[in-house]
Amino acid sequence: MTSTLLELDGLTKTYPGVVANDDVSFAIRKGEVHALLGENGAGKSTLVKSIYGLVKPDRGTMTLDGKPYEPAEPRQARAAGIAMVFQHFSLFDALNVAENIALGMENPPALRDLAKRIRDVSEQYGLPLDPSRVVGDLSAGERQRVEIIRCLLQDPKLLIMDEPTSVLTPQEVHILFETLRLLRSEGTSILYISHKLEEIRSLCEHATILRLGKVVGTCDPRATSARDMAEMMVGATLHVPEKADAAAGEVVLSIKSLSAPAPHQFGTALRDISIDVRAGEVLGIGGVAGNGQDELVAALSGEMRTRTGTISLNGTPIGRMGPNERRAAGLSAAPEERNGHAAAPDMSLTENALMTGAVPMGLVERGFLRWAKARSFAEDIIKTFDVRTPGPQNAGRSLSGGNLQKFVIGREILQRPKVLVVNQPTWGVDAAAAASIRQAILDLAADGAAVVVISQDLDELMEISDRFSALNEGRLSAPRPARGLTVEQIGLLLGGAHDMEVAHVEA
Amino acid sequence: MDLSAINPVLLIAALIAASTPILLAGIGELVVERAGVLNLGVEGMMITGAICGFIAAHATGSASVGFLGAAVGGAGLALIFAVLSQYLLTNQVPTGLGLTLFGLGLSSLLGQDYAGIKAPTVSKIDVPLLSDIPVLGPILFNQDPIVYLGIGMTVAVWWFLYRSRRGLILRAVGENHEAAHALGYKVRLIRVGAIVFGGACAGLGGSYLSLVRVPIWTDGITAGYGWIALAIVVFAGWRPYRLMLGAYLFGGVTVLQLNLQAANVPIPAEYLSMSPYVATILVLVLMSSGRAPGSLGRAFHAST
Amino acid sequence: MLRLERRRQPSSFWRWAAPLAAVVLTMFLGGLLFAAMGKDPLIAIRTIFWDPLFGQYAAFSRPQLLVKAAPLILIALGLSFGFRAGIWNIGAEGQYIMGAIFGAGFALAFYPSEARWFIFPGAILFGLLGGMLWGLIPGVLKVRFGTNEILSSLMLVYVAENILAKMAIGLLKNPDGMGFPGSRNLKQYAAAHNPELAAGTGAHWGVVAAILAVAGAYVVLSRHRFGYDVRLTGQSPRAARFAGVNPGRLILICMAISGGFAGIAGYFEVAGPSGQISIDFNVGYGFTAIIVAFLGRLHPVGILLAGLLLALTYIGGEVAALTLNLPIATIQMFQGMLLFSLLMVDVLTDFRIRFGKAKVA
Repeated sequence: MTSTLLELDGLTKTYPGVVANDDVSFAIRKGEVHALLGENGAGKSTLVKSIYGLVKPDRGTMTLDGKPYEPAEPRQARAAGIAMVFQHFSLFDALNVAENIALGMENPPALRDLAKRIRDVSEQYGLPLDPSRVVGDLSAGERQRVEIIRCLLQDPKLLIMDEPTSVLTPQEVHILFETLRLLRSEGTSILYISHKLEEIRSLCEHATILRLGKVVGTCDPRATSARDMAEMMVGATLHVPEKADAAAGEVVLSIKSLSAPAPHQFGTALRDISIDVRAGEVLGIGGVAGNGQDELVAALSGEMRTRTGTISLNGTPIGRMGPNERRAAGLSAAPEERNGHAAAPDMSLTENALMTGAVPMGLVERGFLRWAKARSFAEDIIKTFDVRTPGPQNAGRSLSGGNLQKFVIGREILQRPKVLVVNQPTWGVDAAAAASIRQAILDLAADGAAVVVISQDLDELMEISDRFSALNEGRLSAPRPARGLTVEQIGLLLGGAHDMEVAHVEA
Repeated sequence: MDLSAINPVLLIAALIAASTPILLAGIGELVVERAGVLNLGVEGMMITGAICGFIAAHATGSASVGFLGAAVGGAGLALIFAVLSQYLLTNQVPTGLGLTLFGLGLSSLLGQDYAGIKAPTVSKIDVPLLSDIPVLGPILFNQDPIVYLGIGMTVAVWWFLYRSRRGLILRAVGENHEAAHALGYKVRLIRVGAIVFGGACAGLGGSYLSLVRVPIWTDGITAGYGWIALAIVVFAGWRPYRLMLGAYLFGGVTVLQLNLQAANVPIPAEYLSMSPYVATILVLVLMSSGRAPGSLGRAFHAST
Repeated sequence: MLRLERRRQPSSFWRWAAPLAAVVLTMFLGGLLFAAMGKDPLIAIRTIFWDPLFGQYAAFSRPQLLVKAAPLILIALGLSFGFRAGIWNIGAEGQYIMGAIFGAGFALAFYPSEARWFIFPGAILFGLLGGMLWGLIPGVLKVRFGTNEILSSLMLVYVAENILAKMAIGLLKNPDGMGFPGSRNLKQYAAAHNPELAAGTGAHWGVVAAILAVAGAYVVLSRHRFGYDVRLTGQSPRAARFAGVNPGRLILICMAISGGFAGIAGYFEVAGPSGQISIDFNVGYGFTAIIVAFLGRLHPVGILLAGLLLALTYIGGEVAALTLNLPIATIQMFQGMLLFSLLMVDVLTDFRIRFGKAKVA
């Protein structure tokens, strides 16, 4: 018996135009938490999909417990003792917790017995969960628990976790780590994928770092500084956005007692939100996904109408205005989802430039489109924000996530709005693009605009916000100066751990 | 006008029979939509089943062979839809419409030599003793086998969807095909199976019209029944027992308006004939409930 | 093993080549069908696609091309706006019938007026209104109650057919018709008649309207904000809302356009080629127009060409029925196959076909 559980040797996977994994080799020992570290697009997802049988590598071998391991489909991977918690949860909203869990098992017991086992396991690992609840009604943290319990019920030898903390509050992260440490003590190996370095330093004993599909280094995270790991991951020294201290100006955007019902079954209602945003400041709004972020952006952008007087821009009530009237008045927004919300993936960049630029940039005249002007606006965005594309005639979907995001943010910033509202400006964007987007946002504020940044990335918010506020179940906390806030304080602002207690952990 | 000619017991018995084609086509489409596929070709599959069943029954003299042939015919047409929508990833709305147009043409082509011929008779199952019970007897225990098949199928589909693992998987595929794929379920294969089942059910429903209800072959015999079946699936909120309710509601309106026509009620026949369609719209507007399967109508392409 | 790989950009070559390839594929599949029916496939294809224009009796059948293409093009153009926006009005047949009833009803109400300057435009306007009204019913139901417009618009076809039947023997029945069902013949009512504009061409006012509509739709789709909104809504409804499109208003406008166009087509038909309101007035143009819209790529110029092609299959089908004893229903099937083939070939626009064993699970 060796102490190695899974060994990867020379795994290679190419897609048309991209080498996702290039000769990747490393080994995971029994009972260790092994970090797989890398930027977006480094090839982490492809690699774990190969281990989980969703992707078949072109070359290379895997050895599990000393035997060749070649899963043709997830079923075989599960049978071999490998379980995976997906980054975008593979859950079914309309089904209940027990049904969801049954779907992830090979031979599930009758639903009633399964419900009991779910209760047992959830109690044992401190992850309370009601098997009869419909998954669509659960919070992001609870949804993740469904996935974890689904995995645990199979007694996995290896648990793969793909960016598990991106949707959790700091307290929830803490509880998750307790669970993972407990599992490790029971001999389960964990492959932990993340780009959050502090987490990895506190949890993992071994790390493999991927860049552009290749293994570029390994280390013991407990003995390596975050800075060193970051440089290995990015391959260069990072540019940290510069934030100029500026005195806040007049109140530009004012929200008073804004309430709105949930727009759809699994949406969140906004409850009594009041806040003022001043010229030249960046207001950061943190919170776990699904606590009203989308709804708040919709209410501000004009996609969702609200009562008059709840929202005003420079003293003018705009609650009843549609998106284009608000843009004309100087309020721009960029929703979280690039594909199909902030941009139309199948349309050209010129047409995408028209989406929000039509009115403020004068791209429409008496109802008719001015294509030449729209095209030069698109070219302007591409040039100013360094969007990598052959030209504005290309479809939105031909751009990488980071480039499309630069285009979307650039499109709004070039309209010189008095207020800019952005949701998750750097989600799924590589580090270099993220840094330039943050810098652009800061520059806009420095020029005197009021900026509202909604994000789930606390590091990002701390980096660029002047004031910080948290969104929790549709309520917005009173803002606090961002400078000097600690992680614990933020955690409390985010609404604690969503009734989740570290219960009955028998370590 | 003579309303006394309308016998409520016979009316209800007739209602159950009249609703059978809709119920069969509807239960098939319900399974298809629960798997996340919107097949608007029900009308085309129904009428293809109607003629295939008619030809098979006429050739063999056996209605049972006819029903079998209808199921095969409907399933065969559905297979075209399955290949187009699942393997060539075509937009399901125009593909379904195309299937209906194609089926209407095909049936009229196949049926050109059968117009006006009478179908072999289908005998009713007369449950001894039970059928003599007043009121309930004629309603419940003196129907033809397909009526019982329709009811049995509804119960079976209910059991399948809510009590069996395969049904759970099918619902999961319809709810979120990406997640189902990530768990390793064969989204395409499951959907093809559902589509073919839906086609067989629609074909069976169609043949009930050509072999039992009418029972001669005429062009356009389904007269929008397939569309009504689609509407009733929406009305039912994708739940089998409500589907049965919807089918009976529709059967009731159909039978009632025919009875009223026969009773010479002073309402023009045309207005009575349009009543089932108007009723369908009203039902859709006023009584629709439930949430559509999450992946309904979306093409699935495994891009991982 | 064949497998599909999504293109980063839709192929502009296949976008236009696909309809042509679909026609060729349909001819091939149709040929197999004819062979299976014991007909010589080449002769059958020639009879359908060539003879109506250049054959022995072409002088008789050629004018029919424009007569049949005009309603197809008008209806398909109307539908194309909604289809682009993901609004599925498939009840154009009913809207076409209602347009005919409203237009003919208006004209006949003034019978025997001689004020053509008033009757003819008025009747066209009423045709427009009739179709629009019938199209707006599913539109309003969708906006107000979320009712599926596919089903409600289709149901309304059956309702319209019953109304048509009632009108033919009731309100609009010819008082001098000796009891026969059907309205007065509008061909003999000069103020309402939609005449052939040049002898032997088949061109009537409906053809003029169709050409104007093609030009108008082209400008609106490519240059006007409304066309942009329609396209954006079809591709990303959420993005459209974000861009300031009011989805309810867009649905109503699209339903009104498609209903209105179908209604106009209905009036031109009833006042010209058909002549009267009768129970068999409608022959399925409203459904065939769906195929025309798709085959034409929902693009005005494409629809113009597709409308001519489908009109040709109608005439060719009639010729084939006479000369080859081919059942009329074959053409309907043929048209369905055309739509299938197009959808099938269309996969090449968005995907590349790769040979070799699938590397992707």
